[in-house]
Amino acid sequence: MIEINNLKKSFGDNEVLKGINAKIGDSEVVCIIGPSGSGKSTMLRCINMLEEPTGGEIIIDGEKVSESNINEVRTKMGMVFQGFNLFPNMTVLQNITCAPINVKGMSKDEAEAKARELLSKVKLPEKADVYPKSLSGGQQQRVAIARALAMEPEIMLFDEPTSALDPEMVGEVLDVMKELAKEGMAMAVVTHEMGFAKEVSDRVLFMDGGYIVEEGKPEEVLSNPKEDRTKNFLSQVLAI
Amino acid sequence: MALYFKGFLVALKGAPTTIGVTVLAVIIGTALGLLLALMRQSKIKIINLIAKIYIDVVRGTPLVVQAFIFAYGLPQMLQAHNVNFTWPYLVIPAIICCGLNSAAYMAEVIRSGLQAVDKGQMEAARSLGMTHKMAMRLVIIPQAIKIILPAVGNEFVTLIKETSVLSFVGVVEIMRRGNLWNASTFETFPAYIGVALVYLILTLTLTKLIATMEKKMSQEAC
Repeated sequence: MIEINNLKKSFGDNEVLKGINAKIGDSEVVCIIGPSGSGKSTMLRCINMLEEPTGGEIIIDGEKVSESNINEVRTKMGMVFQGFNLFPNMTVLQNITCAPINVKGMSKDEAEAKARELLSKVKLPEKADVYPKSLSGGQQQRVAIARALAMEPEIMLFDEPTSALDPEMVGEVLDVMKELAKEGMAMAVVTHEMGFAKEVSDRVLFMDGGYIVEEGKPEEVLSNPKEDRTKNFLSQVLAI
Repeated sequence: MALYFKGFLVALKGAPTTIGVTVLAVIIGTALGLLLALMRQSKIKIINLIAKIYIDVVRGTPLVVQAFIFAYGLPQMLQAHNVNFTWPYLVIPAIICCGLNSAAYMAEVIRSGLQAVDKGQMEAARSLGMTHKMAMRLVIIPQAIKIILPAVGNEFVTLIKETSVLSFVGVVEIMRRGNLWNASTFETFPAYIGVALVYLILTLTLTKLIATMEKKMSQEAC
């Protein structure tokens, strides 16, 4: 379980997060929505310290995240980026086995067996030995998900995983994510896919101006928002 | 015509030394250059500063001066302090000097290569629990190498030509061979045309080699 207490983050004079409090339970799927610049991605990146918070704390399994335990904590949190960030100097299989072998000390055989299993899971078993460059965006993102899963994380963080994809590839990535959610993986998903949020998430957080403005069950927040800012945002997004 | 050919053959005898010095210097330069480049990225100010000073000093002084300091200055200074030290072969300080010199230039090349790797790569590696060091070794440096290959090739070619100043300190490489032959025959023009030809052949061959290598690397999927 992850607890976020009074999280603050400034870039210079620009305060992006102004005190965020949230919890993500085991097996819970939380979608974070909101206009761009509202601090969604920053919040996600603060959870695993890719951005160093300027205030507040992150607690995972009762343990406060800090400089000293960050590498260990990160192995519990898989992260999927908007831009995939696969390692172009490695094959798909090497991308997935790299961290288990080098960070967890898993044997090469074991890591490869696990990687092939994960590739089947993301429906790309035949792509083990190709380089990321030869894959489509949707395929790359699915490999990135497999890579994160290879570390057997307790929670997966998704930072706008489908925003950089061509529309026809969004579905294949969302399908994999739905599958994961069904298996009980805890997930925090920053997304603009309202359909996904509605269908898959247990809870939706609406962020604006560095605060969580509204949160609740997806049908409440997305269909019956209480706050004006949420209403405005949704009317704009859903009007398209 | 025969004289020119003779001049060429005389200069050619110096080629193994020139090539040897250059290759070893590039190896030293790359290894030390990588270290310096990593030091330049360090958040610890003093480490960063040491690397910066080294690079500035080496790039700000001529190679020929550095060569004299290493080949003659250093032993003289040590002897003045009652340390019995002479270089067994002059080529040793030559290699060290060129290597140390090249490192300063390579450091900047490598630094630019490391910076050219997308930031997301480091983030992805760190998000998987890798330490900074591990991420550099497994993810960043392999990608940087590909980026800097052309610049490293350039440095190699430059160094081949630069080693000609070693003739001043008495290393018998291509230039020195030409000097000696000129001194004994007074065939100045053929002597130095011969020298120039040998350098030209070396640099052109190397340029071609690097171009082929680059092509091969870009054809690979990664």
